[in-house]
Amino acid sequence: MSVSKEAKHAFDAAPWTGKTKRYDIVKEGSIAVALVAIMAIFLSLFLGSPDDTPLTFKGWAISNPDNFYATAVQELSGSSGTATYGAPYNKAADGLNVGPLWLQKWAGVTRPIDTVNEFVIAPLSTQVLSTDIASALATWKSAADSQKHDWAVAYDDAITKAEGKISTVPAGAYGPVPVLAQGLTDMAKGGALDAALLSQGGFFQTDNTKQILFFGDGAYLDEAGTTANLQGGTWGMMNETGRYPGQAWLWLYSFWYQIPPFNNENSKPIGTNADAYIMVIMGIMSLGLILIPVIPGVRSLPMRIPIHRGIWRQYYDENGIKRRKK
Amino acid sequence: MSEMWTAKLRNKWQKNLPIEKLLPDDQPAYVASWIYVFGVLTLSALAMIIASGIVLAFEGPAWYHTSDVGKFMNSLHFWSVQLFFVFMVIHLWGKYWMAAWRGNRFRTWATGAIAFVASIATAFTGYLVQTNFDSQWISFEAKDGFNSVGIGAFFTVTNLGQMLLLHVAFLPLILGVITVIHVLMVRRRGVVPPIDAEPTPGSGA
Repeated sequence: MSVSKEAKHAFDAAPWTGKTKRYDIVKEGSIAVALVAIMAIFLSLFLGSPDDTPLTFKGWAISNPDNFYATAVQELSGSSGTATYGAPYNKAADGLNVGPLWLQKWAGVTRPIDTVNEFVIAPLSTQVLSTDIASALATWKSAADSQKHDWAVAYDDAITKAEGKISTVPAGAYGPVPVLAQGLTDMAKGGALDAALLSQGGFFQTDNTKQILFFGDGAYLDEAGTTANLQGGTWGMMNETGRYPGQAWLWLYSFWYQIPPFNNENSKPIGTNADAYIMVIMGIMSLGLILIPVIPGVRSLPMRIPIHRGIWRQYYDENGIKRRKK
Repeated sequence: MSEMWTAKLRNKWQKNLPIEKLLPDDQPAYVASWIYVFGVLTLSALAMIIASGIVLAFEGPAWYHTSDVGKFMNSLHFWSVQLFFVFMVIHLWGKYWMAAWRGNRFRTWATGAIAFVASIATAFTGYLVQTNFDSQWISFEAKDGFNSVGIGAFFTVTNLGQMLLLHVAFLPLILGVITVIHVLMVRRRGVVPPIDAEPTPGSGA
């Protein structure tokens, strides 16, 4: 017998008046909680959880002092990733866009960061300094902005030409920059920079933005991420350190970073703005998940692909209901 | 009396969700598949997450680095989250293939899907407050996505304090409320009848 759509809808919506069976919802819930608790306790006892020690500036400056030093110079010259980022940290760039939508730029600079002063000068100023560093700091502070910029850029360029090998950089008009960079490197090696970056602005601090961004400007964090197989190009977003499962539920988000044009930074406009495009795509797909019941085609698939015959096999068999052609 | 808001709310509640529906002692005979257990398993894992999370909240985000008990509680929280997502994804796929939104159950589906999205956000902030290398890495990498669409202007993944408060207060509250609404809707509407079931004597209806 064929029924109209309206009658079928009314039938699906009406309280069930057919055959029923006993159902103890409280007992079911209690057993489920106990079962899940046993599973979680078992997994916790035998597998534990990931806890790789966080990186420190001390570790960075000791293991790769040239890279730390060069990064400090980049912070002074304004060429670091943070200094050239754009919103929400500064206005150095327009940021990413999706077509005519410049959402990053429009959201504005809400978390201003001055890499010269907040990453280098202010931390150094918190220390009891040797005479040469104190003198270099005084020279820097009293110089004109254009002079500071010229010194730092000249030294930054020279380091780049020397491929990051600080000891081979030829002498030049770098002003106090080499001494400041060495001073910050020594400060980091002693372990004082981690706290100095965090404590700017007061006694109670819970914002690690400066530390995280400074870390990201150098090679130390990036290399650690590569070693731990956490890079975006290798599904890193859903990975976890060690052999632990990560955020596997982010697989679809990670997926886009594996395919063109999203994985090609030179592909315009999508590859160069991959982060923004993928965020928009995932936003639309999330909305799509919520709205599946009203999306033609997607909402009909369960009726066309008979997985439900397996789910309700007993009901269909008992009532002799054959599959209807859709 | 019937004009009172309180009386109206009580009458509507009693009409739509009487205690027999909220705490039933029977259910349709067609509810006879293992796929049905994944809803209650998801809720059970959520209960474990909340319980272990409350203990962790009392001791702070760095406790588990230095305490064996803390390490165990952190592991319990971690694995409960993993189980929660496994159960929820199976539950979600099951409901999709049942076309469980049929019969005025759109809002039941929608609240479930919103709960899934809210769970991802809550778990994500959890990964940011582990105070270990993962937190450093994830916060540095994730900031670009949020910044690129302007969300980073107010949702600062590198700000441990903000992420911690969102993780232990705001997001669980949102997720909890959506979950309660979802469960109440399931109880109100009942479990969706089988596809192809018809209002005929042969269908058992």
